[in-house]
Amino acid sequence: MSGRIVYIASNTFREAVRDRVLYNLIAFALLMSGAAILVGQISIGIERLVVINLGLTAVSLFGIVIAIFIGIGLVSKEIDKRTLYTVLSRPVQRWEFIIGKFFGLAGTLVVNAFFMALGVFAALFYVSRHFQATDGWVLVALYFIILQFLIITSLALLFSSFSSPLLSAVFAFALFVIGTFAEDLRGFAALTKGIVRWLATGVAYLVPNFSALNVISSVAHEQPVASQLILSNTAYALVYASMALCGAVLIFERRNLK
Amino acid sequence: MKGGQFSSAAMTAIDILGLEKTYSVGFWRKKPRCALKPLHLRVEEGEIFGFLGPNGAGKTTTLKILMGLVYPTAGSAQILGMDINDPRMKAQIGFLPEQPYFYDYLTAGELLNYYGQLSGVPAKDRERKVREVLDRVGLPNVMRVQLRKFSKGMLQRVGIAQAILHNPRIVFFDEPMSGLDPMGRREVRDLMEELKHEGKTVFFSTHILSDAEALCDRVAIIHLGELRSVGAVADLTSSVEGKIELVWHGNKIPAAMKALGADCHVTGDTVRAVLLEGNQDAALEALRREQLRIVSLIPVRTSLEEYFVRKLQPSKAVAGVTQ
Repeated sequence: MSGRIVYIASNTFREAVRDRVLYNLIAFALLMSGAAILVGQISIGIERLVVINLGLTAVSLFGIVIAIFIGIGLVSKEIDKRTLYTVLSRPVQRWEFIIGKFFGLAGTLVVNAFFMALGVFAALFYVSRHFQATDGWVLVALYFIILQFLIITSLALLFSSFSSPLLSAVFAFALFVIGTFAEDLRGFAALTKGIVRWLATGVAYLVPNFSALNVISSVAHEQPVASQLILSNTAYALVYASMALCGAVLIFERRNLK
Repeated sequence: MKGGQFSSAAMTAIDILGLEKTYSVGFWRKKPRCALKPLHLRVEEGEIFGFLGPNGAGKTTTLKILMGLVYPTAGSAQILGMDINDPRMKAQIGFLPEQPYFYDYLTAGELLNYYGQLSGVPAKDRERKVREVLDRVGLPNVMRVQLRKFSKGMLQRVGIAQAILHNPRIVFFDEPMSGLDPMGRREVRDLMEELKHEGKTVFFSTHILSDAEALCDRVAIIHLGELRSVGAVADLTSSVEGKIELVWHGNKIPAAMKALGADCHVTGDTVRAVLLEGNQDAALEALRREQLRIVSLIPVRTSLEEYFVRKLQPSKAVAGVTQ
C-alpha cells in the first residue's frame, strides 16, 4: 500500500475521532449495561441468547449508521469545503485518495466494533458468570458484521463520488435494507418466469447480500458457522467492496472539482 | 529580470497550449458556458508572473486546470516540462487556493505535517520544516492550536505555509492577498520577493493591481475567459498614463485646468480635479499662479490600472505587447 494511502487513511481516522464519532460507544455501553441488568431479571435460561442477539444487532446497526453517515460525506464534504484542492495539487492520485478514505473509515469502524465487542462479552460474562466454547462463534458473527461495514462503506463512497450527501444516504440505506432481504429476493426471483425472472434475478444478485452475512441468530443459539461460509462470505465481501470502490474511483477520476 | 528581459537559457516553467474549458449548465437542457477560451501562455522559470482579471474572468479556472482539479475541454499544458497530471511534477509545485479552508479539527502543526507527508518530505526533516515555515509566514506560536480557532487572515497564512512547505520550484497563489490586513499584504509581497530571490517561479492571480505592479516581472490580463494581453508591466503601460487627483481650497477653477483636460468638481469650498499624471506640473503651476491653496495631490489610478480598465473594454483597446 502506498504511503500516501496510509496518511490519508490515518487523517480520516483522526477526523472521525476528533468529530466525536466514537462517542457512540458511550450510548452502546449504556445500552449493554441496561440490557444485561434487565435481562438478568426478566429472562430465565435464555440470558445468553438475548444478550448475544441484542449486542450483535446493536454492533451492526451502530456501525452501519456510522458507515453511511460518515461515508456519504467522505468525498462530497471535501469538495464542498475545498479541502481537496490542497491534497490533489500534491503528488496524490485520485484513486489513492478514494482508497485512503475507505481504509480510514473502515479502520474507524473496526476500532469501534472492537470496543463494542468487548462490551458484548462483558455483558455476556455478567449474565452467565462464565464463558463457553461456543462463544467463539460470536467472534465469527462480529467478523461478518465487519464485512458488512466494508461493503456499506464502499457503497457510501461510491454514491458520495457523484451524488449529494442526502441522496447518497438514501441510496446507501435503501441498499442496506434491500440487501438484508437479499435471500428472500433470490427466492422470489426463482418463483417468477420469463423476463421478470431475468430482471428479478439480476436485481437480487446486484444488491449486496447482507442476509448471508447475518449469522447473529444462529450464533445466539450456539450453532456453529461452517468454514465454507466464512470463506465464501469473505471472498464475496472483498469482491463486492472492491467493485464498488472501482466504480467510485472511475467516477471520481473523471469528475471536475468546480 | 524585471522588465521582461530573460536569457534564452531560462527554462520554461509553465507552458499553456490552447487550454479551453466549457461547462454545461442547466438541469434538463444543458447549455454550454465557456469559462476559458483557448489560452496560450508561457511563463519562464524565476519569474513573478501576475495573472490579472476581474472576478469571473477565468483566473481560478485556469489555475484549477493546471492543478489537475478540473479537466480542460481542449488544449494541454506542461509544468517544468511535464504533464499537469504527472505526480513527479506535483512534488515540485505548491498551490494556495482562493479563500482556503483546511481540516479544522487539526492543529496547524498536524495539518502541515500531513501535507508534508503527502508531498514526500522526509520524516526526519518534517517537524523542523513545519516550524520554519510557520515562522516564515508570521505564525511562530500556533503549532498546537486547532485551525478552527484561526482568523481568516491566519488561515491565509497557513495556506501560504502549506504551499511552500516542501520547497517547491513553482508556487501558484490564487488571490494570495485576500483576507489579509495591510501589514499582512506587505509581508506576503516580501515573501514573494524572497521566493523569487531563491530562484523560484511565482504565478499568482489577483485583481489587486497595485500588488501586481509592485511585484511582477510580467503580467497577463484575462477577461471573460479570453487573454487580452501579456507582457512586462513597463512595456504594457508605456502607452498609458496614470491619473492624479488634485484638491485645492476655494471654488475657482483656473482656465488652464480645462485646457489640461482636468475633470473638475466643486464641493463646498474645495475643488477636486482628476487629470493625467503627465499634466501634474502644469496644473500645480496654474494653481500657484492663481495663489490657490493646494490641499492634496494623490495618484488615483496607476498606469497599470488605467491599462487594465482599457483592456476590459475591447472597443477602446490599446496596443500592448502580446504573445
